[in-house]
Amino acid sequence: MHAEAALGRVGLWFLVMLAAVAAALGAADSGFAAHAWLIAILGFVMIWLSASRFDPVGRAQGFFKMPDTPSRYDDDVIRWGVIATMFWGLAGLLAGVFIAAQLAFPQLNIEPYLNFGRVRPLHTSAVIFAFGGNALLATSFYVVQRTCRTQLAFPGLARFVFWGYQLFIVLAATGYLLGVTQSKEYAEPEWYVDLWLTIVWVAYFIVFVGTLAKRREPHIYVANWFYLAFIVTVAMLHIVNNLAMPVSLLGAKSYSAFAGVQDALTQWWYGHNAVGFFLTAGFLAMMYYFVPKQAERPVYSYRLSIIHFWSLIFLYIWAGPHHLHYTALPDWAQTLGMVFSIMLWMPSWGGMINGLMTLNGAWDKVRTDPIIRMMVMALAFYGMSTFEGPMLSIKSVNSLSHYTDWTIGHVHSGALGWNGLITFACVYFLVPRLWKRERMYSLRMINWHFWLATIGIVFYAASMWVAGIMQGLMWREYGPDGYLVWSFADSVSAMFPMYVLRAVGGLMYLGGAIIMSYNIWMTLAGKQREETPMRDAAYDPEADRPIVNQPTAIPAE
Amino acid sequence: MSLYETLRHFADSYALIVMLVLFVGLCAWPFRPGAKKRNEEAANLIFEGQDDGE
Repeated sequence: MHAEAALGRVGLWFLVMLAAVAAALGAADSGFAAHAWLIAILGFVMIWLSASRFDPVGRAQGFFKMPDTPSRYDDDVIRWGVIATMFWGLAGLLAGVFIAAQLAFPQLNIEPYLNFGRVRPLHTSAVIFAFGGNALLATSFYVVQRTCRTQLAFPGLARFVFWGYQLFIVLAATGYLLGVTQSKEYAEPEWYVDLWLTIVWVAYFIVFVGTLAKRREPHIYVANWFYLAFIVTVAMLHIVNNLAMPVSLLGAKSYSAFAGVQDALTQWWYGHNAVGFFLTAGFLAMMYYFVPKQAERPVYSYRLSIIHFWSLIFLYIWAGPHHLHYTALPDWAQTLGMVFSIMLWMPSWGGMINGLMTLNGAWDKVRTDPIIRMMVMALAFYGMSTFEGPMLSIKSVNSLSHYTDWTIGHVHSGALGWNGLITFACVYFLVPRLWKRERMYSLRMINWHFWLATIGIVFYAASMWVAGIMQGLMWREYGPDGYLVWSFADSVSAMFPMYVLRAVGGLMYLGGAIIMSYNIWMTLAGKQREETPMRDAAYDPEADRPIVNQPTAIPAE
Repeated sequence: MSLYETLRHFADSYALIVMLVLFVGLCAWPFRPGAKKRNEEAANLIFEGQDDGE
């Protein structure tokens, strides 16, 4: 870097630091002050780094053994994305196991910073936006370059997207623990963090569309459609749902632009489409690229994938009102939400079938390739949770399930089963390729991860089914005297064994992720584990004959 | 008629028809005659040239 450029950067970061210190000193509340100090420290560190021309990213790249050989594609930011995915994944799963244990053992509520109300949004944001978001960033940059046969447009902006997104995560997460929240589920960060995310997200859109625009392949592969839908829709949802007026420019508190049931509907329009476009469209994009690549077979039906795409786009956006059954929301809006949720079942299963049938003719790989096995299980959970969801959105079912842990079980069969497993599979696909290794350190460890995760989800979902249906039935049971049979506290104490089982399931899932981290660490170190290969079925020549059209015994003359 | 009612009537008449036609058209598009080969090529483009820059 030239001296003038370095000086200019020092000056810029100095201004950032000064502004942050001023904001911290004039802050209206302690949460805002803490965040301003955080930015000031960041500014100071950046001054120091720019002045000494010390290159921490270069050093860290050495630490993570990132190859510096020139590549056809711009993979640097993708490698960082993979590492961030794993880091935030472990953090988010650990927070999840912690709050699961808190529900079973309330003594674990450590006031005020680590009580359930503050750690729960930390868990949800860490797994959805930090783990899932980084996975989407990394895979979208990987897929868009390969399918467009070109490098990322605006490489500097792509790095800003990655590091800016990490800053968003840190601000959001520390904010929750400090009590900074606007109390909208999955949209808890306050106005200034929302503004920062908007800037980062617009940059993300520019990088992605810029790369599509300079493509050397006439057709835009369907995975990119899903990624683009995810980026555009999340921008729209984020901006509309977070329209708010801050109380002061140097304070964290803000008030929503909407009130009452309009606010609730806007929130669940956002909330359900965060599921639909962040956790579904984005991850389907991963499915449409990585499942065919790993199976080495083209997607079963490209036409079906296009129908899948348009149906999701046109139907998902209306399903949000099913979160507000039997509330002040007008009845027609509730019914609309229910009807569209049920219609969504079709495209969802179309997509699942498309993914699973891609393996037609390659089903033997389920036996020998644990990554394919993970993808198949992810698709199976996608199918199960997209069946369960429409069912739960039916008003009469919802009257039993709403506000119970059945909903939590449903969300986790989708999040752990579909989003988690497909992300793990993609990371296992990416790591050897991005670090130029022949294969992962150990295939058997992937297999262990697969089984720990799968059994963990079964523990989780099964215990929450029992818990949720039990809760729903206890809350609505009337005695012959016309009074409710159970108090709310009765239903809470009856949940104890299910809560413990759920925590066990979560712990198994976390255990799988820890094995994965070790496996990745050793792969980065360039090692390969000595191990017996995954077994195929033993060949039995006796059994190797067609079942049908056997010549029967020769009839007697 | 209030603005709300005007928008409401527009939404459940013209807007609804336009959305439906658009949706059906977009879904039918890959089934137009001669599209089969294009779709097959598109599905296979991720395998071309095996070199993923790895």
